Amino acid sequence: MKPFEYARPTTEAEAVEFLGEAGVQAVILAGGTDLTSLMRAELVSPTRVVDLKQIPSLHQVTRLEGGVQIGALVTLADLAKNSLLDGYRSLFDVVDGVRSIQVQGSGTIGGDLCHLPNCWYFRKGYGLLGQENGISLPETGDNRYHAIFGNEGAAKFVNASRFAPALMAWGAKVRIVGPSNKTSSRDRSSGSSVDAEWLPLEYFHVTPKTDQQGNTILKPGQFVSHIWLPDGNQISSATYEVLQMEGLDWPLATASVCLDVDGGFVRDASIVMGHVAPIPWVADDASRWLSGRQIDEDTAGMVADFAVLSAKPLSMNEYKVQIARTAVKRALLKATGQLEV
Amino acid sequence: MVERKIGWEPQGSHTLVGGEIQRVEGKVKASGQAKYTNDINTPGTLFAKLLTSPHAHAKLVLLNIEKANAVKGVKSVLAMAKVGDEIRYEGWPIVAIAAERPEFAEDGLRAIEIKFEPLPHFVDGSDLKGAIEADMTVDGQPLKLTKSMGKSGRGDVEVALREAKHVHRGTYGIQMITHMSMEPHGSHAAWDGENLNVALSTENVSGTSGQYVQPVGVEAMNVNVRCDFMGSGFGSKSTVDEWDVACAKLAKATGKPVRLMLSRTTEMQIGGNRPSAFATVTVACDAEGNVTVWDSHHWGSNGLQGLTVGLGVTPYVFQPKNRQSAATGIATNCSPERPWRAPHHPQACAYTQTALDDLAAKAGIDSLQFFKKNLDLTPLPHIYGPELEIAAKLMDWKGKWHPRGAGAGNGPVKRGVGVALHTWNGAANQSNVMLKVHSDGSVEVVTGSQDVGTGTRTCIAQVAADTFGVSMSAVKVSLGSNQFPKAGSSEGSATIGGVTGPVRRTAQQALWKILDLVAAKYTVDGATLIARHGRIWSGFKEVCTWKQAASLIGPMGMELYGGPVTEDEGLTNHQVGGVQMAEVAVDTETGVIRIVKLVAVQDAGMIVNRLLARSQVYSGLIMGIAYSLSEERIMDNKTGRFINANLNDYKLPRIGDIGDLVVEFYEPESEYKRGVIGLSEPPVISTGAAISNAVANAIGVRVPVLPLTPKRVLDALKGAKG
Repeated sequence: MKPFEYARPTTEAEAVEFLGEAGVQAVILAGGTDLTSLMRAELVSPTRVVDLKQIPSLHQVTRLEGGVQIGALVTLADLAKNSLLDGYRSLFDVVDGVRSIQVQGSGTIGGDLCHLPNCWYFRKGYGLLGQENGISLPETGDNRYHAIFGNEGAAKFVNASRFAPALMAWGAKVRIVGPSNKTSSRDRSSGSSVDAEWLPLEYFHVTPKTDQQGNTILKPGQFVSHIWLPDGNQISSATYEVLQMEGLDWPLATASVCLDVDGGFVRDASIVMGHVAPIPWVADDASRWLSGRQIDEDTAGMVADFAVLSAKPLSMNEYKVQIARTAVKRALLKATGQLEV
Repeated sequence: MVERKIGWEPQGSHTLVGGEIQRVEGKVKASGQAKYTNDINTPGTLFAKLLTSPHAHAKLVLLNIEKANAVKGVKSVLAMAKVGDEIRYEGWPIVAIAAERPEFAEDGLRAIEIKFEPLPHFVDGSDLKGAIEADMTVDGQPLKLTKSMGKSGRGDVEVALREAKHVHRGTYGIQMITHMSMEPHGSHAAWDGENLNVALSTENVSGTSGQYVQPVGVEAMNVNVRCDFMGSGFGSKSTVDEWDVACAKLAKATGKPVRLMLSRTTEMQIGGNRPSAFATVTVACDAEGNVTVWDSHHWGSNGLQGLTVGLGVTPYVFQPKNRQSAATGIATNCSPERPWRAPHHPQACAYTQTALDDLAAKAGIDSLQFFKKNLDLTPLPHIYGPELEIAAKLMDWKGKWHPRGAGAGNGPVKRGVGVALHTWNGAANQSNVMLKVHSDGSVEVVTGSQDVGTGTRTCIAQVAADTFGVSMSAVKVSLGSNQFPKAGSSEGSATIGGVTGPVRRTAQQALWKILDLVAAKYTVDGATLIARHGRIWSGFKEVCTWKQAASLIGPMGMELYGGPVTEDEGLTNHQVGGVQMAEVAVDTETGVIRIVKLVAVQDAGMIVNRLLARSQVYSGLIMGIAYSLSEERIMDNKTGRFINANLNDYKLPRIGDIGDLVVEFYEPESEYKRGVIGLSEPPVISTGAAISNAVANAIGVRVPVLPLTPKRVLDALKGAKG
């Protein structure tokens, strides 16, 4: 690990200042469960680490505009015990799946959204895209854990966020703080004057074409401060993660669903898969097909088939198609109380 | 009359030996007071770090360490390779730096100017065809990657195959893994004039000092090696390694103590490997299920040396009358093999007993019946037979076994059971002890053995305390120093027999001398005396206390030396057998396997400490679960690197992965009488085959290669569907 400055802002405005200073390569410290590993491996070598933990509003869960606002630094453990989030079962499923008490205790929901890929080529120092001499290592090497969707371009890694599929299925928005090219709005929650913008979560993760692009929309100096979820009444949700191990492990594939069911018939559905593509993968067609239908083992299986229809596995990961299919099917059954496995 | 004969008491007569006694060092370990090598931090200790090769095969074309010398806090820089050297695996040590702080050492490593010219590599030990065709060189000379390790056999395979009723052909495999010791390799070295004092994480305290002589330039008599506590080695820590030599050299160059422990990644890359093995097998039996033929060719890699599992363990345990085996070793750009718990047995067991289980399925015979029917092909039918009966009851085999794939299950989750069996030599090592009885009755045992985490200290204390009839707290055990009477390396399950034998014999000899003194003093017949419960007894009559007896020795105490055991003394023996059964639940939609239950029935001669012995079996089962389901050294063909050399991607089981573990010792009088036999290796051997067989029973398809990852399970299921 290389030497760095440590900054501890107490307001969002201070954080923006610390992050935006010219000549400084700053990174954000949330729970630190991954950043410390990245820094020790010198995959990330900032000159300044900006620790956001002293900003009170980032730890809060509050009601806001027909929904609930979650501070980016709310830990997994705190999230699981907050009564305002009682209706959002798919989030608890994610917390359960993390299994490590240490990570649940210090990992944060914002940190999870910004988690860099676990692609082993990236983690060995071959860059975000895992390239050597212009050749994609995931494409030509060992890609057993890599993407089966959205992998036509240079990025073959899978998005590492555990929460993003569930949050996206809920229609979440993220509040991005920091200098932006767009017209900024005055921050209402803290009263201080910072550039901040609410953005649908589905626009947050990006599939990079180059190493420099990063895997989120965040520009230097920006950070995620809050996540907003619409009111959870009437919605049944669930996440199903396929994990090889019972301990701390990355899922092989996941699916999160939100269902608006009326009299046994689906009025509206949202299905998002995780760990299958460089971004959380929305199964729109499959979701639409569900409208007006009843969910049982057969329809869940058909929707799951539909959801993985366009999968394009790499040389070693065809098995992940089956796993993603199972995740979708079981998330649907779980959300409707029919899962028996 | 009490017979004075070297040996153990009749079964059931010992007071402490055979009992469940907690580790004597448990408290200091649990409270953090125990100092492992990595904890040793004498004043002024410098921290050393290594620069290693990121390439699997490359020529070192530039190495300039000058700038590192100028880095703040760096005290010494030692080049371990030179320009022009051919680097032959990832992790190859190139430079070691000692600095005042670990961060300064890292700064120093970054300042080194280094350049490699990458060369073609070959890392896939499963790819026999690729290895034959590979165009490789070493030092510019062509290098043939494959070599025949010979053939063995007897009988007439061809004729027997023609006569057989059922013939099965299959391909099997088991991947390379690493040792994953909790404590990485490393040492703390300090010079005191001519003396080199080393704290070394080693399984071989008595055997390592000489290894410093030539590379470091020190006389053997001046090397003091200590290892009070160590976090296991599993066979990988018997040598002084190049990084330990570097540590001693850095200490000499700086005049300060230096500690150099491998990082986890480097530990995984170069701390040793267990070779891979892949086999094509033909097995056949008659209509009744009697196995008549084994025919195999196996290949695999142990890294640079280009070897795989030996022919001596192929086929494993079962020796059909007509058999032939051939083996081909493949050289890969991986660090060399080191013995891994029961070297080569788990691999041979896996490819032998999965093939036999497939033959049983083909013949339509219950796997257990099939294995039982063929026990006359094994060297230990008298052990395996009863053990299988016990295991079958503990597993409820009758209630759980079903024809392949025909098990009831909860939807896509299918359950199945499997069985396998193993053997291990476990003969005692050559260990010496010094035993001292003080005149206050306290007892000291000193030996240059080591406690690698298995409970050696406790077992020694138990034997001494039991023999003298005193409490455990009256015995002090000192080990872990090459200044003590020399003792064998802790490899091959050799320690427990190696140390308890001499301790028992020497303690008995000391006791008899003391009893003679008691007989003279109290005018009783010495031949009637026994020591129990802190007292000396003549029959049911108390003669004196142990303290009174010991006081008769005189103020100098009594000091006896005991040499290594021989098996004719009756204290120890070799060759044990064990059987294991597994019950698994396989999710056929995700390929995820859960261990429901494992049953291990194990013979280990006379058990010294039932608690520690059970722990050994638990640890064997857990390591077995690891290499069966998830643990794998993944060598990336593209980069030649050990791509999952970290604890995120190198998947080891956690508590939730291990299921219900049931351990039973098979200890009839006939086995008890054989004396103490090592137990570390056996329980890890047949777990892989038992789990693989249980999975095949559950899903009706053989997943041929261990570990049985979701990918391999789903690929096998898909292959079966066509």
